[in-house]
Amino acid sequence: MSLNRRDIENIARLARLALTEQEIPAYVAALSRIMGLVGELERADTSLVTPMAHPLPGQRQRLRADSVTDSDQHQLFQRNAPQVEAGLYLVPRVIE
Amino acid sequence: MTDLHDKGVAELSAALQARQLSSVELTQALLERVQRHQGHLNAFISISDEAALAEAARADAQLRSGTAGPLTGVPIAHKDIFCTRGQKTTCGSRMLANFISPYDATVVERLRAAGVVMLGKTNMDEFAMGSSNENSFFGPVRNPWDAARVPGGSSGGSAAAVAARLTPAATATDTGGSIRQPAALCGVTGLKPTYGRVSRFGMIAFASSLDQAGLITRSAEDAALLLTAMAGFDERDSTSVELPVPDYSGALALTLKGLKIGLLKEFFDTGLDAQIEQHIRAALELLRSQGAHIRDVSLPNLPLSVPTYYVVAPAECSSNLARFDGVRYGHRCENPRDLLDLYERSRGEGFGAEVKRRIMTGTYVLSAGYYDAFYLKAQRVRQLISNDFERAFREVDVLIGPTTPTTAFELGAKTADPVTMYLNDIYTIGANLAGLPAISLPCGLSQGLPTAMQIIGPHFAEERLLNVAHRYQLETDWHRRAPPGYA
Repeated sequence: MSLNRRDIENIARLARLALTEQEIPAYVAALSRIMGLVGELERADTSLVTPMAHPLPGQRQRLRADSVTDSDQHQLFQRNAPQVEAGLYLVPRVIE
Repeated sequence: MTDLHDKGVAELSAALQARQLSSVELTQALLERVQRHQGHLNAFISISDEAALAEAARADAQLRSGTAGPLTGVPIAHKDIFCTRGQKTTCGSRMLANFISPYDATVVERLRAAGVVMLGKTNMDEFAMGSSNENSFFGPVRNPWDAARVPGGSSGGSAAAVAARLTPAATATDTGGSIRQPAALCGVTGLKPTYGRVSRFGMIAFASSLDQAGLITRSAEDAALLLTAMAGFDERDSTSVELPVPDYSGALALTLKGLKIGLLKEFFDTGLDAQIEQHIRAALELLRSQGAHIRDVSLPNLPLSVPTYYVVAPAECSSNLARFDGVRYGHRCENPRDLLDLYERSRGEGFGAEVKRRIMTGTYVLSAGYYDAFYLKAQRVRQLISNDFERAFREVDVLIGPTTPTTAFELGAKTADPVTMYLNDIYTIGANLAGLPAISLPCGLSQGLPTAMQIIGPHFAEERLLNVAHRYQLETDWHRRAPPGYA
């Protein structure tokens, strides 16, 4: 399966990834190769198969009660933030 | 005591308990060794030094006061995918190059509570995506058996560190072979437990329906000791399974009489190195001589493992890695024009080429109009592969085959084409897709490089896998061979 430059630009936009001009041809080639590999799946007859939902048969995703379990640690967590002011994460202005 | 670096976890535990050795003395010796080999192996991303010696001193106090457990004072290393409180946790990425974790992963917490000393954090392929450790932002790891070759990946630092006798054991993770493949290429023992057996809380997520934490050690006996401390239910991981944890050391010595082994027919194909095949057949003969019965088993859908994986894993990766947005933590680009520019450039700069390939592949297979054709199709084939295993385990107790098609390859040999690299995990991915436990152990040397076999079991059969591996290791010494220059 072959992808083109427009496909890659579109995928990168959906994935929120800035690619440089020089990177694009390499991703066109790589993703085309990968989707070629994925194309082998067409060989399998899966018409009667339910898609797998969990690797362990009979297991389901466990849910917990919707209750507060953690205390406020925002100061600790914000030590890793690129830009913080008055306990808030800073980003470029969104609303003019 | 001499040759401290050459001793495994069980031996060190006995020496520490008998007070023939202090944890400080041991930790000091290993830290020096880690430092000495860091320049050419690059197995570590960070080395703990003072923190490790403080932990060792605490362990010695416990050993003196009689409050120590079997792992108290034993040094290990953690793959840098596990969050360690107050210490750098990078996941091999520029994105997290300066990330200081505010909390411990459950694996780290449990091993800490058991008294282990952390020597440092091991190098890895970025976000655990890779089979050669060449995708680390912190540079490739070298294979101690031959510095021109890769150690495998993604847990390449853990495998190289254990092989080079820098640490008796290291934690690792396995999404498509990332414990077993590097263990095979470095001549050490690698255990991937059943999906859900070990908590993933605090283990940076790659593909959540496949990821599992495990171990790289020098023997099955050592893996059993550590797994007993690591495994078990954790309410903070929604995939953690509520099942009691056995004492994995208890079943190691059981007889193999009557054990039914299936030989994975699809794995002995034309792509398998002839020497590796020969070594596995010799290992099977040894197991037969211990009373095991061997028969061929066919899993017809198994050859579709790699294409299935390269839909499921990238899809989940694209979703998991969406959290890296340059806002709350992680890399942020300089002078973003607006919010979109901040997201796109922070991610474009923070992620390496392989991570970007997988995020884009995942984005593509999940995008409108392609979801059914790729993602749902892959989850259907995955069910077929899982059914194949289930059918096989009605007939046999364990399956045996190779871990890798070849021995360690040279740096740069497979970087030009991603698919060539992906095919390196052709024998390991099946166990991840079906959530099964599997272990890789060394079974020979071919032109000076380790060869390995893989044993796969039904869900939660870790005891059986460790038992078979241990019985094999009692009769052989491949797992005791050190790379030249590292004995």
